[in-house]
Amino acid sequence: MNQDLPRWADMVLIPALNLAMALLMSGLVVIIIGENPIEAMKYLVYGSLGYGEGIGYTLYYATNFIFTGLAVAVAFHAGLFNIGGEGQAYVAGIGVAIACLWLDNTHWLIVFPLAIFGGAAFGALWAAIPGYLQAKRGSHIVITTIMFNFIASALLVYLLVNVMKVPGSMATETRSFEAGAHLPFMSDIFAWFGLKIEKSPLNLSFFLAIAASVAVWILIWKTKLGYAMRTLGFSSTAALYAGISPARIIIIAMSISGALAGLMAVNEIMGVQHRLLLGYTAGYGFVGIAVALMGRNHPVGIFFAAILFGMLYQGGAELAFEMPAITRDMIVVIQGMVILFTGAMDHMFRPTVARLLSFTRSQQEGA
Amino acid sequence: METIELAIQVLDSGLRLTALLLFACLAGLFSERSGIFDIGLEGKLLGAAFAAGAGAAVTGSAWLGLLCGIGVSVVLSLMHGLASITFRGNQIISGVAINFLAAGMAILFGQAWFGRGGNTPSVTGAAKFNDISLPLVDTLNNVPVIGMLYRELISGHTILVYIAFAFVPLTWFILFRTRFGLRLRAVGECPEAVDTAGISVIWLRYRAVIICGILCGFGGAYLSISQNSFFVRDMSAGKGFVALAALIFARWMPFNALVSCLLFGILEASAIAFQGITIPGIGEIPVQFIQALPYILTVILLAGFVGKAVPPKAGGVPYVKER
Repeated sequence: MNQDLPRWADMVLIPALNLAMALLMSGLVVIIIGENPIEAMKYLVYGSLGYGEGIGYTLYYATNFIFTGLAVAVAFHAGLFNIGGEGQAYVAGIGVAIACLWLDNTHWLIVFPLAIFGGAAFGALWAAIPGYLQAKRGSHIVITTIMFNFIASALLVYLLVNVMKVPGSMATETRSFEAGAHLPFMSDIFAWFGLKIEKSPLNLSFFLAIAASVAVWILIWKTKLGYAMRTLGFSSTAALYAGISPARIIIIAMSISGALAGLMAVNEIMGVQHRLLLGYTAGYGFVGIAVALMGRNHPVGIFFAAILFGMLYQGGAELAFEMPAITRDMIVVIQGMVILFTGAMDHMFRPTVARLLSFTRSQQEGA
Repeated sequence: METIELAIQVLDSGLRLTALLLFACLAGLFSERSGIFDIGLEGKLLGAAFAAGAGAAVTGSAWLGLLCGIGVSVVLSLMHGLASITFRGNQIISGVAINFLAAGMAILFGQAWFGRGGNTPSVTGAAKFNDISLPLVDTLNNVPVIGMLYRELISGHTILVYIAFAFVPLTWFILFRTRFGLRLRAVGECPEAVDTAGISVIWLRYRAVIICGILCGFGGAYLSISQNSFFVRDMSAGKGFVALAALIFARWMPFNALVSCLLFGILEASAIAFQGITIPGIGEIPVQFIQALPYILTVILLAGFVGKAVPPKAGGVPYVKER
């Protein structure tokens, strides 16, 4: 039996089948609850794409998912499963907040590069430690990054309760940044050109996300480092024979992955919340896993998968409002289905599709 | 006197937390010993907690609630089995998916069926596992120290706590004194050998994940209808991952699991009790540090700085039969 699939089938057909399966199962859940899945889908699509503010929110969520999706993908290419994007983005918030709190009486153009650096550096550090432990001490990266998620969350609680909180205030958050550390919203950017769009949390970080996608594409497919990472991901023995140091590449790949996850904090902290607060990552780091799986670890795929998940998050809010029986947790279910079918059960359709394709091919050759 | 009472209180609530960790930890032990990594313990606990809470509320029987919990947890386990054994998918990804599915569906169905923002109705009486008083409590009451320890620590837990602790020797017996246990351990170390002996790797691994599901079912029911009297959102609160940490800490051995679960359980209980207490010479230890300690300890152990944790050799690798 020929298991090799043509590239188009591997990149488009299989993911489409898996996604359809995930949506079908999610639809089934909606039916069990006693609602109409077609109706639900309509609210979802309208809520996310039907009007300006909805589109803004969709792209704002997508910004987070592009960062966390790229983070997972970069590690994947080096054969590493970075499940700690959540913790890395969380810790990165500290770096972004320091830059913002320090210089928020200046101008955002000054703060922006520092915030990017702060977020990336803190995220990279939080990922580099598990990377180091895997490379040099042989600990399993999955377990270590899970543990680091919990340690990050304890660290943030400690910092926000004891160190960074406004004295005398009950709220576990830093002070709000001055206007000098607010990234311009997309509506402001359009206003510079005399265009008017509806207000939404969508901000300049969206362009940062696109730049990061391009950078990741160049890194993975056009640089020596990317080649080394892919070699390592393909076979660590091959990498070793090729003179690539697995330990070095593991640590570098994890640092880049963590830095990308950390950039999510720029969107959330500097772009939207304008203060460091508890729990702002809200599971976006984990969504990155689903996004990377669906996007086949390619920046273009990740971009579209991120938009799809952005639609899910924004449309899901609308759906919960229109159909009270379906709560926002439906998003979590759909996410789970996508991870299950595009990730874990990827092999379900593969043999059948391969057989069908080779059958039609041999038919054509015979004719 | 006060410090002794406080210590007993901490130990007592520590034991309650230990029971939960034990269920999940032993569940993971069966699965991982057979070569199936399971980071979906958290999801199974949560799904079972919801099903047990809902089942007990609807039927009015705690035991039927437990059965519902086990049922849901086993279904989730079988999903993990289907993905990772039959379709040879990535076990980590499958575990992540199960965590998401359980967390989402519990609230979704909870809201649809009970309309309380995802919570299940509160249960009392026979619909809940209640504390039981062991025999001889009154007789031993007058004996100093032992009487008090027996009354405060050993007696007065729900039946599930005793079951949890009973599972430890039982697990040891199954794994190290039965043929099934020997094969189960073998399939986690070297599935080819088991296959060569004419034993089905697939069926063995499926049985392991089913046992894992049953134990998580107990754990979930313990959460919602023994420790508490209803299900609330995210009530497993990362305990599935603590159990995973405990499992690594225990180096995949049942009696070590008892020790590590006790350690982590009492750590957590003391984190709550000793909030804001200063230790001479060190100063005040932040409560968050004690809460993070199980995770930090696991990282240190995994890194081999103190001892070394070596997982089952075939863990995480799907078995492909040679043709």
